[in-house]
Amino acid sequence: MNLLSSIKPDFWKVRPDSPGTSRYLFNYRRIWKWSVLLTGIVSLLPLIFITLVDYKVTEQAFESEFRLRAARLVSNTRRVVGFFLAERRAALDFIVRDNPPQALTDPARLATILEGLQKSFGGGFMDLGVIGADGQQETYVGPFSLQDKDYHEQAWFQMVVDRGVYVSDVFLGFRQVPHMIIAVRQNMSNGSFQVLRASLGIGPFEDLLANMELGGLGDAFMVNGRGVLQTHSRTFGSVLETMSLPVPEYHPSTQVVYGVNETGERLQIGYCFIEDTPFILMIVKKQQDLMRGWHRTRLELILFLVFSVTLILGVILGTATYMVHNIHLADEKRLMSLHHLEYSNKLASIGRMAASVAHEINNPLAIINEKAGLIKDLFTIKQLYAGDAKLIGLVDSILGSVKRAGKITKRLLTFARNLEATVEDVQLDELVREVFSFVDKEAQVRDIHIDVDVSPAWIAIRSDRGKLQQIFLNIVNNAFAAVEDGGHLRVQVRPEDGAQGVVLSFCDDGCGIPAEDVHRIFEPFFSTKTGKGGTGLGLSITYNLVHEIGGRIDVTSEAGKGTCFTIHLPTDIGILKGRNHEGAAGG
Amino acid sequence: MRVLLVDDETDLASALAERLDMRGIEADWVNSGQEALECAAKSHYDLAVLDLKMPKIGGLELKARMQALYPHMKFIFLTGYGSEKDFETVACESGERCYLVKPVEIEDLVRLMRELTKNRGNSQ
Repeated sequence: MNLLSSIKPDFWKVRPDSPGTSRYLFNYRRIWKWSVLLTGIVSLLPLIFITLVDYKVTEQAFESEFRLRAARLVSNTRRVVGFFLAERRAALDFIVRDNPPQALTDPARLATILEGLQKSFGGGFMDLGVIGADGQQETYVGPFSLQDKDYHEQAWFQMVVDRGVYVSDVFLGFRQVPHMIIAVRQNMSNGSFQVLRASLGIGPFEDLLANMELGGLGDAFMVNGRGVLQTHSRTFGSVLETMSLPVPEYHPSTQVVYGVNETGERLQIGYCFIEDTPFILMIVKKQQDLMRGWHRTRLELILFLVFSVTLILGVILGTATYMVHNIHLADEKRLMSLHHLEYSNKLASIGRMAASVAHEINNPLAIINEKAGLIKDLFTIKQLYAGDAKLIGLVDSILGSVKRAGKITKRLLTFARNLEATVEDVQLDELVREVFSFVDKEAQVRDIHIDVDVSPAWIAIRSDRGKLQQIFLNIVNNAFAAVEDGGHLRVQVRPEDGAQGVVLSFCDDGCGIPAEDVHRIFEPFFSTKTGKGGTGLGLSITYNLVHEIGGRIDVTSEAGKGTCFTIHLPTDIGILKGRNHEGAAGG
Repeated sequence: MRVLLVDDETDLASALAERLDMRGIEADWVNSGQEALECAAKSHYDLAVLDLKMPKIGGLELKARMQALYPHMKFIFLTGYGSEKDFETVACESGERCYLVKPVEIEDLVRLMRELTKNRGNSQ
């Protein structure tokens, strides 16, 4: 809380309903809030909007790239697998065209052909068999004992009879080893036929899929139309097990779709149906693994946004605070100047009025004076009524009153004259006493004890008499307002230690100023006499006047014990002004 | 010493003239600038005491006109206003005090008259 209040700018404390400048000026909090809000909106909204758009575009670009990459991989693999099977099917087709039926039923010839196939095509061909039209295996060459096996009830046999060629899915068969077959029908001249059947192991398929560049992030395998795995899958099981994913819908071209696995993770599934075979090639990748790069980019994007927003907000808050603070200061200064001007004008009016009143009164006073003087002259000079003490007393009383009234009007005239800014020799003791003469009556009535102690060493200074008079009068009035009846006011004038100046102190034993208010008493409109006629301008104007004549004013106070105003003045305001001028010219 | 008092306040001028008489200073008094010029034409005066503010011909104008006619003559102004710098430079000879603020102490006035006429005697 303390930290917050220490960084809180001055204008924040100005409430629209509080007494003071804000009544006349602006609502600074409102200006600040609106500045921050509007600048914030126009700065941050586009940034957030652009960042969100960029977020979506980048995310889509990532997804689109991975989708495209998956489709390309699946298509390439399909071509390889398709070529693998087509190549072997074409070889068998060639064999049945190139060899007469009798030659194929010859075990020696068939063995030679198998050996040729195995050498030419590498791995894959396990055995060869020739099956007659009745489904009975007539000739067999290979590692298993399948001679004379009867296939006429097998579905694949019927299909090869119908279609002329057949590629099976993977199955165990009589040998109880996972394999697939490619069978080709050979028509004979007598209208009958026989079938050349080759068994292929799944090893070459698995090698083919294992060698694919999946980057360790995916699983490539083949299934048949019932979802039975045709090759080993790292994720979904071994050969001839049923995978947990649904069988993809048929589509003639490569597809990339999205699904979820048993644990709810999102999967990217690329697949294609290999033509003229029961195989479906599938490449499955976890979306999370694929998007890992995107997640890093997304984090960077979010950090960038947070950093930018923080920076912009910081700049906006700083700038708005600085500007509103300056507006507040400028307004305060402007208002202070206005009030100072108003005060000066008021003083000037009072001065003019005082001079006018004094003049108007002085004329009748002069007449009374001369008439009474004449009477007295008649008594004293001509000795006509010299013996009448009563009459002399009456005349003296009239003359005394005229003298008193004359003093008052002369003081008014001096006051009016002092309002003009002039630098002259000022007798400080005389000036202080002159100021006290304005409040003599009040001091007598309220029994306020005034003690003036002027050091003879510094009685005269060169300064603005009028301003000094106003300063002293303001401070004396302030002291009179603070002290109780019977209180004390002590004025001291002494040379300043180690400097070309003089120090005046006005100390009273009045109510004092609370510690929390002491630093504010020279602020315009600050008053402890709110509601009792105080304008809060007296000490503020005094402060300015002291500065105008090159001095400075300090205050020490203790609530309940009293207040001391100390004024430091240069002995010659002319020298000071000259120095200031030189300083300004030099700078 | 012969003195001419010029003030539009008859009571003031007459009483002052009488008091000066009692102190051995021969004083005539008039109520306006015009009368003052006429009076000065008829008699010789060493000094004129002028009210600053008078109808038609004010104190400053009267002084200028009389000074042109009678260069030997000295002038004292009586003013209801306080001293003003401008007034001093226009009205007074350099280095001389030439005005008193109403109401005046008769002794101050006499002292000033004597000072001014003594100065003239010295300068002549």
